Amino acid sequence: MFLNTYTDSIDFNAAREWIHTTLSGVMPAWGVTLTECVLVGLCLLLGYALIALALIYIERKVCAFFQCRLGPNRVGPYGTVQSVADMVKMLIKELIHINHVDQFLFNLAPFIVIISSVLAFGCLPFAKGLAVLDFNVGIFFLMAASSIGIVGILLAGWSSNNKYSMIGAMRSGAQMISYELSIGLSILTMVVLSGTMQLSEIVERQSEVWFLFSGHIPALIAFLIYLVAGTAETNRGPFDLPEADSELTAGYHTEYSGMHFGFFYLAEYLNLFIVAGIATTLFLGGWMPLHISGWEGFNAVMDFIPSIVWFLAKVGVVIFVIMWFKWTFPRLRIDQLLTLEWKYLLPLSLLNLLLMTLVVALGLYF
Amino acid sequence: MNALKEYIVSFFSGLGSLLTGMGVTIRVFFRKKTTEQYPENRETLQMFDRFRGELTLIHNDRNEHHCIACGICQMNCPNGSIRVISQTLTDEEGKKKRVLDQYIYDIGSCLYCQLCVRSCPHDAITFDTQFEHAVFTRSKLVRQLNHPGSTLEVKPKPVAPKPVVPKAESPKVEKPQGEAPEAAQAE
Repeated sequence: MFLNTYTDSIDFNAAREWIHTTLSGVMPAWGVTLTECVLVGLCLLLGYALIALALIYIERKVCAFFQCRLGPNRVGPYGTVQSVADMVKMLIKELIHINHVDQFLFNLAPFIVIISSVLAFGCLPFAKGLAVLDFNVGIFFLMAASSIGIVGILLAGWSSNNKYSMIGAMRSGAQMISYELSIGLSILTMVVLSGTMQLSEIVERQSEVWFLFSGHIPALIAFLIYLVAGTAETNRGPFDLPEADSELTAGYHTEYSGMHFGFFYLAEYLNLFIVAGIATTLFLGGWMPLHISGWEGFNAVMDFIPSIVWFLAKVGVVIFVIMWFKWTFPRLRIDQLLTLEWKYLLPLSLLNLLLMTLVVALGLYF
Repeated sequence: MNALKEYIVSFFSGLGSLLTGMGVTIRVFFRKKTTEQYPENRETLQMFDRFRGELTLIHNDRNEHHCIACGICQMNCPNGSIRVISQTLTDEEGKKKRVLDQYIYDIGSCLYCQLCVRSCPHDAITFDTQFEHAVFTRSKLVRQLNHPGSTLEVKPKPVAPKPVVPKAESPKVEKPQGEAPEAAQAE
């Protein structure tokens, strides 16, 4: 089994144990737990912010390249410091006080959005031994946590006291509730194949063959459905009609300014990362290296690459595909959006679930 | 049954068209980018030929131009940016001849509509691709386009008689027909 032979060159388990033993030597048990919680929280938030900055830069570059432009190239080499400069600008901007809005809900909404996204972010297994929340219904928790975000968006639209925001939020609600079904069913398809809902277990079971290959046809269909529905879940083009700049000015976050707007912005990009991360974990083997049975030399070379690099590279590929969607397809109308989900994706994913169940029951997978 | 068939066919044709679109965009993704990083590449910048930078009077290497000072460009200019100042010279044979003295062009009021270039019967003027026009005083925008000491390009002599021969012949054939009734009426 590769499970036992794959030793990561960056071992997070050893680092974790070293921190635990070092802390246990100097403070009582409750202190250790508290310190570790704070450390983990800090690392998560730091990773969250850094990934968001990187994604904003990547998005701008990819967008530019699809439009035959160069993209940001003035601040720092190849414009790499651009998103840091944008973040500094965002942090020092004024939070404009708006009259006639529901103050409490208006100020609460961005936090709900960002909290749900951080919670979902914490579930992802980033590397071997690097997963914060990992328990037996992990994927279930992940879906539940990421769905809270829609409450924040609806609250933002409703409390803004603005027609455009309201329309944007309602569209977003209709969209999220619809596409949640497809996402759920495609995840369920993969859970049928893996036989577990624990994210680390799901990754472990792909140590020989990734689920996308072992599940062949139904896994491929589920992957495609997941990509489409995931794009819709993150409110990205061609499903960006909750924001629809040309019709709704910016949809639910029209009235927000300064860092409150920044929270929506961050959460939007991190949701992209989370969707790609779940796709990686479920279909592309998470942080597992690519193994082809029989090619020992090739497998050894693949094992040499650290697991965190594997995870980030796979996520990067999925993110690129989602960005490719955004900069290729025109925005859908709301009725087209709902037709696509209810008349095409949902029946297809139900059939696909049946197909996967048959494949697993008859043992037709690799 | 027909509806089901259409449902399935439309699903796959839709999928195919989406893939076609993605094929187009990925080709653009890897194409050479059209953005010019202007101040940095100032030395190597290649403007495209059709760009209308500023009006120029074409001079050859003997400091000669084609402008006969007819003033058609001046009449056609919607903003009055062009002023053709001519002078009348008398040559050795005692013939009076109008020649260009100054071709004044105010780039500050130019529309870049190219009507002057289109209407010039001798192709004497054109737009070049020079676009760095910024100056500190407005008076610098008014320029004289003919170079100092430039003259009208004289067409080589041997070419001139040749077109005259067919021209002289053809009116001869037509004239008797055309002039005869007039002559009769006049008499």
